[in-house]
Amino acid sequence: MTSNVLEVRKLAKSFGGIKAVNNISFDLHQGQLLAMIGPNGAGKSTCFNLINGQLSADRGTITILGKKTNGKKPRDVWKLGVGRTFQITATFGSMTVLENIQMATLSYQKRTKSIFKSVPRLNQDEAMALLRLVGIEDQYNRACGVLAYGDLKRVELAVALANNPKLLLMDEPTAGMGPAERQELMEMTSNIVETRKIGVLFTEHDMDVVFSRSDRIIVLNRGELVAEGTPDEIRKNRRVQEIYLGVEPI
Amino acid sequence: MGFYIVQILTGLSDASALFLVACGLSLIFGVSRIVNMAHGSFYMVGAYLAYFFIDKLPHGPFTFWIGILLAAIAVGLIGLIVEVFLLRRLYHTPELFILFATFGIVLIIQDLSRWLFGAEDLLGQQAPGLSGSINIMGSYIPQYDLALIVIAPLILVGLWLLLTKTRWGILVRAATEDREMSDALGVNQTWLFTSVFFLGSFLAGLGGAVQLPKGGADLLMDLNIIATAFVVVVVGGMGSIPGAYLAAVIIGELNAFGILVFPESTLVMMFLVMAVVLIIRPYGLLGKEEAPERGDTTASVSIIRPASRKLKIAGGIFLAMILVLPAVASTFQLVLMTEIALFALACMSLYFIMGPGGMVSFGHAAYFGGGAYFAALLVHYLQTPMELALFLAPLLTGGLALIIGWFCVRLSGVYLAMLTLAFAQICWSIVFQWGTVTGGDDGLLSIWPSAWASEKTVFYYLTMVLCIGGIVILRHFIFTPFGYTLRACRDSALRVDSIGINLKRHQWVAFAISGAFAGLAGGLYVFFKGSIFPDEMAIPRSFDFLFMVLLGGMDSLFGPIAGSAAFTWLHYTISRINLWQLILGSIFIVLVVVLPQGIAGSIGNRLNKYFTESS
Repeated sequence: MTSNVLEVRKLAKSFGGIKAVNNISFDLHQGQLLAMIGPNGAGKSTCFNLINGQLSADRGTITILGKKTNGKKPRDVWKLGVGRTFQITATFGSMTVLENIQMATLSYQKRTKSIFKSVPRLNQDEAMALLRLVGIEDQYNRACGVLAYGDLKRVELAVALANNPKLLLMDEPTAGMGPAERQELMEMTSNIVETRKIGVLFTEHDMDVVFSRSDRIIVLNRGELVAEGTPDEIRKNRRVQEIYLGVEPI
Repeated sequence: MGFYIVQILTGLSDASALFLVACGLSLIFGVSRIVNMAHGSFYMVGAYLAYFFIDKLPHGPFTFWIGILLAAIAVGLIGLIVEVFLLRRLYHTPELFILFATFGIVLIIQDLSRWLFGAEDLLGQQAPGLSGSINIMGSYIPQYDLALIVIAPLILVGLWLLLTKTRWGILVRAATEDREMSDALGVNQTWLFTSVFFLGSFLAGLGGAVQLPKGGADLLMDLNIIATAFVVVVVGGMGSIPGAYLAAVIIGELNAFGILVFPESTLVMMFLVMAVVLIIRPYGLLGKEEAPERGDTTASVSIIRPASRKLKIAGGIFLAMILVLPAVASTFQLVLMTEIALFALACMSLYFIMGPGGMVSFGHAAYFGGGAYFAALLVHYLQTPMELALFLAPLLTGGLALIIGWFCVRLSGVYLAMLTLAFAQICWSIVFQWGTVTGGDDGLLSIWPSAWASEKTVFYYLTMVLCIGGIVILRHFIFTPFGYTLRACRDSALRVDSIGINLKRHQWVAFAISGAFAGLAGGLYVFFKGSIFPDEMAIPRSFDFLFMVLLGGMDSLFGPIAGSAAFTWLHYTISRINLWQLILGSIFIVLVVVLPQGIAGSIGNRLNKYFTESS
């Protein structure tokens, strides 16, 4: 029996009169890669920001690792054991790759207000281990501001893993990468997820990545959940075909 | 009853000039993101020019109004010249540098006005037909006040029509809403910026001109109005013209009635209103939250490395030179070095929040002067010994910074900067107005060091120990997890939030730490000078510190020291010359245009290869 790291029940959020997310429910298990797909404006980003705490829901509940998170700020959601990567990478440009990871581990240890030891000597081994995990240990001493985009995505992943999360939220993890690099990053992610028993919720535009890497897929359209299932089931689903291929229902 | 009606009307008429200045400031900021420090100077020039025109034009029934209009147009043209010949070159540089260049203009206009119009306060001419008073149920109000009450809403409606009904107005609103997008859509930004700057300057000039019969013209108008205008803009909401009017009316009424309750500290009331508004609506009454800028906006993203061996040796040599200096230097040189060290500590504390913290403070003199006044008051009233005063001054100043910082960290960028300036001006006004306690303009005198430290060489060593100690501690902080967290907050608010860091709380603590160290420098300064005057808390002093930090360069930890040394030397060299503010202002501008990396940054770029270890 695997436990749920994320339970979403009847989630709803409107902007003005537009129902961006309408009555959505789904679960995410430990060690599972769940892809959230749908055309532009389907409500993926809103859904993500609700789970992350950047937006607060109008109705419905979000339960992360058994705790309700409605109304919690992103930094408090993080403390429950949630890692997050962004569509457009958010890293500390004036720090080295290693220092970016050290920052995250320092926060995990609640040492950000410490004024005694100097950072270059703190948490080096843990940070290097995380860099090795995502395969950019050779870049540890370069400034994040000058890094290639694909490498920044890896830095983000390492940062997101620094608090030993049980839930990982990845918004377009491979956006801006080449095809080969995408598969490589997602393969690495699924290995990490498996060994660390993390549940991953991700959005993705690249359907090759989605169908080859995810365990389950949920499909959103106009704020509503229209299909849920394994990649095979989704591939055969008529509603999904209609949404993506524009075939009108007969 | 009549009395209260008159007070209400007086408040409304006070609001008029304030509104004209604030809406010009707001308009310019909305479109070009320039906080024009010289806006108060344009207001002052408007008043002087109106006086000049009304005086020189042939007398007739319309002389007064023609004079006012000509003055406003002339100020608009001055603004146009400033924009075309200076600001246009700077749009690609960080906001802070542009702002700094506009402060250079403040200094230049200040000296030119003194030279052209004299240092005497001018009593404004009366408007023909409006020089009498009107009786309202037993209380009198000048007729001209009623004219002022009408002028502001007329301008408000005119601006509203201009912004909503004309093509130009639509472009202005588009640029205010989303500058990058309007640029991408092919709006001619050069022309738009210039025309908006003209209009904004015109309004400032008009504001100065119309208040002439009421307030006259004097050389203190520029900085007095700019702080109040900042408060109006922050309260009303940046970029909102109706917000500026609403806020101007609130502040005007507050002054009219506040003066009845607390005649000595109307500015404190203004502060309270601003505080309440910021708590409820951080972006002002009618303002909207800033849309985040796309693309990179940070001034400095260079990574910080611990000192290399060679740099440590160089630092050691530097320390040794400071140690042996009293043996070879003259008393004057020792005094100069003491002053440099004091300013270096104050600058380092400013650099601490500006560089790693990413929070620009335009009001750092509040903490430097605050520390000085705390120490002076302790000595003056409680006969506190120097040692204890030097211990308490930083603590009390840290407490002051904790209070001010609580409000400031709710905002960011230029909003934060304007708020720091407004708070500093309030601190200054308390010290200036509360003469019975602080001595007001006469300052506090005879604050001398303890007997053991009264000798110049001993005091020199004491200063060096405390200042270098302070600088080393602040530098150490930058390398600790706390310092790294500050930089992280500056680099990416989104990321720190998503790794569990409370951004505001760290910034707040940094603000207090910075204030405490500036307070230590101030405390030492008062024993060094033996006296303290409100000038040490005033806006020009805040800009001196900013100048030193920028002069030194933001990319180097050595910058604040280099900057304060260069500034102090420069100040001693040129302050004996007439019109030295004009020279200083010109240097500000040249520096921003030619040497944007600062001294230490520029030298650093050349020396870097000698001082970094190959990894």
